[in-house]
Amino acid sequence: MVVKKSLGDYIFDVLNYILLAFIAFLCVVPILHVCFASISEPALVDKAQSFILWPLGKPSLNAYRIIMRYKNIWVGYRNTLFYVVAQCIITSVLSVIAGYITSRKRFRFRNALMMFLAFTMLFNGGMIPTYMVVNKLGLLNTRAALLIPQAMGVFYIIIMRTAIQAIPDSLEESARIDGAGELTIMFNIILPLCKATFAVIILFIAVGKWNEWFSALLYLPTARDKYPLQMFMREILISAQNSTSSVTANAGDLMDNAQMYKTLVKYGSIVVSTLPILAVYPFCQKYFVTGVMVGSVKG
Amino acid sequence: MELVMEQKIEKRKKEKVEIPATGYVEHAGFRGFLHNLKIDFLRNKVIYIMCIPIVVWYIIFHYIPMAGIMMAFQKYTPALGISGSPWVGFENFTRFFTGPYFLRLLRNTTMIGVLDVIFGFPAPIIFALLLNEVRKFKGYKKVIQTVSYMPYFISMVVVCGLIVDFTQSGGLISNVVARITGTDVQNLLANPSNYWAIHIISNIWQGMGYGSIIYIAALAGVDQELYEAAVLDGASRWKSCLHITIPSIMPTIMIMLILRMGSILQVGADKILLLYTPATYETADVISTYIYRCGLQQYDYGFSTAVGLFNSIIGTAFLLITNAISRKYTESSLF
Repeated sequence: MVVKKSLGDYIFDVLNYILLAFIAFLCVVPILHVCFASISEPALVDKAQSFILWPLGKPSLNAYRIIMRYKNIWVGYRNTLFYVVAQCIITSVLSVIAGYITSRKRFRFRNALMMFLAFTMLFNGGMIPTYMVVNKLGLLNTRAALLIPQAMGVFYIIIMRTAIQAIPDSLEESARIDGAGELTIMFNIILPLCKATFAVIILFIAVGKWNEWFSALLYLPTARDKYPLQMFMREILISAQNSTSSVTANAGDLMDNAQMYKTLVKYGSIVVSTLPILAVYPFCQKYFVTGVMVGSVKG
Repeated sequence: MELVMEQKIEKRKKEKVEIPATGYVEHAGFRGFLHNLKIDFLRNKVIYIMCIPIVVWYIIFHYIPMAGIMMAFQKYTPALGISGSPWVGFENFTRFFTGPYFLRLLRNTTMIGVLDVIFGFPAPIIFALLLNEVRKFKGYKKVIQTVSYMPYFISMVVVCGLIVDFTQSGGLISNVVARITGTDVQNLLANPSNYWAIHIISNIWQGMGYGSIIYIAALAGVDQELYEAAVLDGASRWKSCLHITIPSIMPTIMIMLILRMGSILQVGADKILLLYTPATYETADVISTYIYRCGLQQYDYGFSTAVGLFNSIIGTAFLLITNAISRKYTESSLF
């Protein structure tokens, strides 16, 4: 069908394209600024009057050379990788189990159990009582404090349950007739059929864990060696104004000017800490879309 | 006499539900429940074993903290524990309600929550509608979409670090603002009157693209024949948007709005803890950050639990009320 466009339509189209391009530009410009600032000459970066969209002065990798030697970042990196992998394993397995149990028709109390779990979405004890429990269990300042209190979420269980419920019962029945046990059915029959949902859950957990800092602030008050990357990023970016000395203590003789050094570490560390996730997310988009859909429908 | 007794016993026997050796019974009270549990357990032993870690975890990390709310009514000291600490009734609550910060906290929490919905809720919808008008260049649309998700994947710490960097005296945004308003360059974040704007705008920046996913998916489901029919009837683009597009995604908008309204007063502590300073407490301090300071920095456990209880009661009430309203006036509700 060919529809003749009016002049107004053309004007609208052009304006719309420009507006969308501008919005997209606003979304990326801070990131571009950080990337180019990290390879620019720090003295020029500090004087810059607008966003930096190309390297100022002679491009150099000094920032990354400093960061290579900046121990905290790598301690944080290693810890964060550990937390992400461990949390993905723990939470995804438990979510599959919980989703499987609460969707079994032969299990009489499945709905009661689901109510028991879902009630926690409606009402919770709050920050301090949860902190006291973690404290009483002796988890404070241990790596487990970042993993166990977040081991499950009703959101993931609901996503998993919805996916499992969509699988026809006949599959389970025939497997049972063939003598398959509960675990075989769950891992060999049900799980392969909801791989996509499983992937969604893992992605959500991984992104959440990579960016998490608040539970480390709560549960790791003194264990600096167990800090995730974001806690060190907080020190560099937010509390740096108060504690320039702690950052510059590592300066060595690479740079004599503390301010320049700070600028480089700031921008370089943002790139190093954010790049992995920004490099991966465009390829996982379709999973995020599914996750958002399921999550909000069943909210 | 004996006959009557016998009849009564007979009657009682009949009233009591017969509990068979196998199979479930209905409406048989607690005894029936135990019986059902036994039968069900024998049928699904493995499922019950799998239940154990899940139920135990939920009890420890969700239901015991709920019981820990008792601290709100105590002068709690960790050495004495909940059983040993003296009970003080509602003293913690009255101390909070009559304290110097109550009105300030309530105002800041409400304003940040409400402004965030007023400006942050429509943004992704408008963005999705604009994207929807791109009909010709699908590649262009895809690129814009992907780029717009990017801020969502940047961690809160880095986003706040960028905010601090850009709004400091001589920062990029401070310079732009100074040029537009014609005032001297100042540290925007240090001025309490700017905090709400900074908080809301950065939320929109971070969440708009990602928030539009759901609307874009809803828009993809709109019947294209409707548009063709509208064009034949001479409707303009604006008219078809108003009468076809928006009504078709209205259910999605309503569900998202209920979700947002339900958590309107649950303003999270993490972002504010990164951005505020004692100088900006006047506008930036909200209930959750106050709980953090009282509980974990001043160790006033009973008091901060009381404040937390106040916050979650209001939050739960809000969720139930919005859900009830929406169930009454629209067809969509959460439960």
